[in-house]
Amino acid sequence: MATETLTLGKALNTGLRRALESDPKVVIMGEDVGKLGGVFRITDGLQKDFGDQRVIDTPLAESGIIGTAVGLAIRGYRPVCEIQFDGFVYPAYDQIVSQVAKMHYRSRGKLRIPMVIRIPFGGGIGAVEHHSESPEAYFAHTAGLKVVSCANPQDAYVMIQQAIASDDPIVFLEPKRRYWEKGAVDLDAPLADAYPLHAARVARPGTDATVLAYGPMVRTCLDAATAAAEDGRELEVIDLRTLSPLDLGAVYESVKRTGRAVVVHEAPSNVGLGAEIAARITEECFYSLESPVLRVTGFDTPYPAARVEEEYLPDLDRVLDAVDRTFGW
Amino acid sequence: MAKGDPGVTTRGRRATPRTRKRASGDPELVQLLTPEGERIESVTGPDGIEYRADFTDEEYRGLYRDLVLVRKLDAEATALQRQGELGIWASLLGQEAAQVGSGRALRTQDMAFPTYREHGVLYCRGIDPIMPLGLFRGVDQGGWDPNEFKFNMYTIVIGAQTLHATGYAMGIAMDGKTGTDEGEAVIAYFGDGATSQGDVNEAFVWAGVFNAPMVFFCQNNQYAISEPLERQTRIPLYQRAAGFGFPGIRVDGNDVLATYAVTRTALDNARYGQGPSLIEAYTYRMGAHTTSDDPTRYRIASEVEAWQAKDPIARMKAFLTNQQLADADFFAEVDEQARRESVHLRERVLAMPNPEPDTLFDHVYPNGSPLLDQQREQFSRYLESFEGSAH
Repeated sequence: MATETLTLGKALNTGLRRALESDPKVVIMGEDVGKLGGVFRITDGLQKDFGDQRVIDTPLAESGIIGTAVGLAIRGYRPVCEIQFDGFVYPAYDQIVSQVAKMHYRSRGKLRIPMVIRIPFGGGIGAVEHHSESPEAYFAHTAGLKVVSCANPQDAYVMIQQAIASDDPIVFLEPKRRYWEKGAVDLDAPLADAYPLHAARVARPGTDATVLAYGPMVRTCLDAATAAAEDGRELEVIDLRTLSPLDLGAVYESVKRTGRAVVVHEAPSNVGLGAEIAARITEECFYSLESPVLRVTGFDTPYPAARVEEEYLPDLDRVLDAVDRTFGW
Repeated sequence: MAKGDPGVTTRGRRATPRTRKRASGDPELVQLLTPEGERIESVTGPDGIEYRADFTDEEYRGLYRDLVLVRKLDAEATALQRQGELGIWASLLGQEAAQVGSGRALRTQDMAFPTYREHGVLYCRGIDPIMPLGLFRGVDQGGWDPNEFKFNMYTIVIGAQTLHATGYAMGIAMDGKTGTDEGEAVIAYFGDGATSQGDVNEAFVWAGVFNAPMVFFCQNNQYAISEPLERQTRIPLYQRAAGFGFPGIRVDGNDVLATYAVTRTALDNARYGQGPSLIEAYTYRMGAHTTSDDPTRYRIASEVEAWQAKDPIARMKAFLTNQQLADADFFAEVDEQARRESVHLRERVLAMPNPEPDTLFDHVYPNGSPLLDQQREQFSRYLESFEGSAH
């Protein structure tokens, strides 16, 4: 078994390479994805090996990237579009929401848009404005789109291939601040046997409170769980992985055991994913809850300047503070 | 009218005994049939290309029949809306020649990306004309198979389809399906208002950069709902193409012969690998934007009357009559066919069933969603709770 230690970014790169190898209809398109290999080097070396008809440097217009990818999909291709940064996806918003998401529904299943829209998202890298946003709720709110986020190199490698192989249009959110974090990746396990794409997974079992996160916040919550354990409190951390549709079966099971739930995301709280998750936990686990479901999130401000982003972003202490509050209710 | 291509490329007996070489009107406008019905044998456009259209007598009559049928079915749809049977209707009145001319210029293998007004092109593609009425009645969102008929879904968000067309054309090139007579080409329909949209301009950029085998077909009907052309552009629309690095041409959009000739040439250039071009079909929306609109609030009667004199069907009828290509019996027979088909259309629209409630959950995702399964089941149980009650 070929298990290698890869960064999350390299795992994505390797997954994309596998997808290009396994299906000639897969094309990668975006700004600077060719010779440069993308601003984060996620497509590094792919144009060199697969040619500029498979890895396409596009003009600089996001709506054009997604709109032409719709046409390629209708033609039978499987486009993998890179949006360079989260804050640049909005020019493509109409094409994603009105066209990509609805084409299968409007055509009563006659047209499929098997597209993956890769978006490096979230903050924590000290970037200038529009480079650190968390737009997932906009897309999770849109029927016809599926939304997933990977949190570790193994999932990055597998989930990107699963997303490309899926006929559903998928927004694939990559935790950009975790691109350089390393982990073991099994490169040989058959994709068909892999853990399902649209399923949550317990990242760390525990008994005292349930902490829910996805993407970049999974690492933060695991660190919080380690710190809590030193104080004698066992947190169960669940990596949601799929944001639309949510997979909450394991969450309900966990919350019914622990009686306490904390949802953590970088995006603002107001009308965010945490609100939806809290509502559904309340419906399913009402008689098991020892406290309300609490949220630890970014604030309801525009993403702030980099020198104060550490104050904006949920961190270990804010997660533990929320857990403490569930015990003090 | 038979479905499919009437075969106008076959050279039969020419019916152009009295012709001249050059239109006396606007030198920027390619025209092969004047508003008075005078046939112009050929025109050299400002692009240096000689445009001509040689049809057999039968083909001339076929084009006339298309124009009349398309207008009549459109009028029936407007009437159905007025009687409350359609939620809304976007009439093509006045644009029949632009749509039939370009629609008949398509070869079987070519792909069209329409707006929501291309009922005439849809008809030329062999799609049952009831299909768009299902959309505007609200029983579905467009029922035809885009790949079977090579005619994509109607697109209501202005200009969005031009990018889809461009991507599809890029796919043709990537598939190596250009460079021969069997090569494929794409036509993207849009209006004068759409030329202000970012998506259309991005489509121009993409098509130019990737040399996409496609034709941008702009029906300039002079108004974007209430806003006149002057609110969209400072220069003639066809001249926009130059800035994007491909040819642009303006054709008389009320002249079915010229529209056919110009579109066929542009499509063939695309299929042979010579890249994109822009056609501005200069026409006029004789009716309202949709049945919800009141054009008397923003345009004057004399303008409408001036365009009435350029009617696409009247000039074709004058031509057929003057050249003795058709007689009164023929015109009566076409009118009778149009009447019959519109009655048939009406009967079928009135018989359209409403969709079953739980079908609204169908086809959201190719692979389904547990969330939707749950909502469908809950909704089904809710509906069942009414069974046996008076409501």
